[in-house]
Amino acid sequence: MTASIRKPKRVLPGFRLTTGITITYLSLIVLIPLAALVVKSADLSPAQWWSTITQPRVVASYKLSLMTAFFAGIVNMVFGLLLAWVLVRYKFPGKTIVDGLIDLPFALPTAVAGIALTTIYAPKGWVGSLLEPLGVKVAYTPIGITIALIFIGIPFVVRTVQPVLQDLDKDTEEAAALLGAHRFRTFRKVIFPELVPPLLTGFAMAFARGIGEYGSVVFISGNMPLKTEIAPLLIVTKLEQFEYGQAAAVAVVLLVMSFLLLLLINVLQRWSNRRLRSA
Amino acid sequence: MKRRNGFKSASLLVVFALLISALSACGGGSNNNGGGAASPSASPSASPAESASPSGSASPSGSEKPAPIDAELLNVSYDPTRELYEEFNKSFADYWKQENGGTVTIKQSHGGSGKQARSVIDGLEADVVTLALAYDIDEVAAAGLLDAEWQQQFEQNSTPYTSTIVFLVRKGNPKGIQDWGDLVKEGIQVITPNPKTSGGARWNYLAAWGYATQTLGYDEAQTKDFLKALFQNVPVLDTGARGSTTTFVEKGIGDVLLAWENEAYLALKEFGDDFEIVTPSISILAEPPVAIVDKTVDKKGTREVAEAYLNYLYSEQGQEIAAKNFYRPRLQSVADKYKDQFPALNLLTIDEDFGGWAEAQKTHFADGGTFDQIYTAG
Repeated sequence: MTASIRKPKRVLPGFRLTTGITITYLSLIVLIPLAALVVKSADLSPAQWWSTITQPRVVASYKLSLMTAFFAGIVNMVFGLLLAWVLVRYKFPGKTIVDGLIDLPFALPTAVAGIALTTIYAPKGWVGSLLEPLGVKVAYTPIGITIALIFIGIPFVVRTVQPVLQDLDKDTEEAAALLGAHRFRTFRKVIFPELVPPLLTGFAMAFARGIGEYGSVVFISGNMPLKTEIAPLLIVTKLEQFEYGQAAAVAVVLLVMSFLLLLLINVLQRWSNRRLRSA
Repeated sequence: MKRRNGFKSASLLVVFALLISALSACGGGSNNNGGGAASPSASPSASPAESASPSGSASPSGSEKPAPIDAELLNVSYDPTRELYEEFNKSFADYWKQENGGTVTIKQSHGGSGKQARSVIDGLEADVVTLALAYDIDEVAAAGLLDAEWQQQFEQNSTPYTSTIVFLVRKGNPKGIQDWGDLVKEGIQVITPNPKTSGGARWNYLAAWGYATQTLGYDEAQTKDFLKALFQNVPVLDTGARGSTTTFVEKGIGDVLLAWENEAYLALKEFGDDFEIVTPSISILAEPPVAIVDKTVDKKGTREVAEAYLNYLYSEQGQEIAAKNFYRPRLQSVADKYKDQFPALNLLTIDEDFGGWAEAQKTHFADGGTFDQIYTAG
């Protein structure tokens, strides 16, 4: 190893300083608080820890949180792609406004969103009263929770897909058309593969966010134990009883789930990138 | 090369300085919340006096007229007392000016009772806490912020006003709900918050439990079945009392709301034409207690004012304000005046019928307690 080999690797100066800042900053903002969470959950003995995270109500809430966040992620993936497509490929009046609307769920306090959604989807609300005669109950069921999670998750997919779509090389599409490919075939063979990585990223972020979402869900879920009680609510419940250790234990499980999920998606993305490049 | 190193270390220094100043600003921030907010309310000349007054006032206890004490108090309370304390604080400030000559400003903080207790435990500098149940103050005491025997410090279990649990039903009482027994009938929807997250809901639960115990011959299994049937009629468990009121009143869900009496009256005051109050045959004496947070008042030197503040709750004016805000007064003269508003009913108490809060919490609301059993046993 000589300096001459190392040197060209550093494209930008100040790498050490920037890494220093990055690590210090991340530690203060992310790592130390998360470590504190893990430490707090160590208040419990392993047996207590295990019994906390395997209580029937807790297990039911994990299942519910995972399931609703998953479905919300899927729905967001489909409709997020659609929205991004329309926003990138078409010109229409009011487009900037629609584009701005996408980010609203990021800005709005989630509790406000929750209350608004509940008001609309409650049995006597605008939409709820239309669905009730059909026997469809939205508010206070897992469907309601899913809707709340769709709401808060939509920007993740749109905002990750949009720039990729924008940068897509028009030439390849034109070439495909010139070579006689139908629109659908072009989409399937040329455009869609490029969109797989951002779609997966958007899905993963919406999914992970949904697992931990609290504010918008507690109002619409009805919070019935074993039925519509989400895992973050159980954390609050445990805090309310001053069971800090137990609350932290449930939180750590959620954290690990989200982390594994993001990891998995990352691996998938690398794999799909490599496959694309070699193809 | 040299210059770059110099640049590097200089910028590192800058980063550290920024970090340190940011950190110290954070630490100072919480203090500023107390101190900074004091300056606009208290007159500018008052602030030096404020720090001097506690030591000065402690010694001349024998003299007739003590030196004026200026102070700022933080009252950490729970949700439905907002209106009560807005009125009470004004009245107390006037009283203190008259009695002592000092200026006192009181800041209020409201939220779910358990959450408020947690904020105080985690460092919110409350001079007094006025929470929904003794259990929450017990937790603050357990954290070492006040004496474990706090409930003996003021009269009547340190509870200057009480309330009870009543039913709020829709106008005309279309489902004919008269008593707890009607709540387990088929087709009745009952709205109550979750006892695991709401102090008020714990009173609801215990009142229902008390009724079932007495009417079902003190049989625990049957009592549990009654509670189970009742909670099967609950379509939504909100996290707090205000949330439940919103669900019932504004979203129009449910046939009956189990509510604090004062919340029920507030709803009636606002939407009088749509609802009416039904008083069940048995309910529970809800005692929202008050306490001085020793650690804060000793640090800030505000004990004297804080004591006067809580004592004033027991005075004729204080009781009058409580009654006007639909809390049941303790003082007989005021209670007589408002007796039409607060019908007499058979009231259970937490100490006599449930062995105190620690016991009730363990039996009913801790993990594996009766509330969990209702939801897990089939």
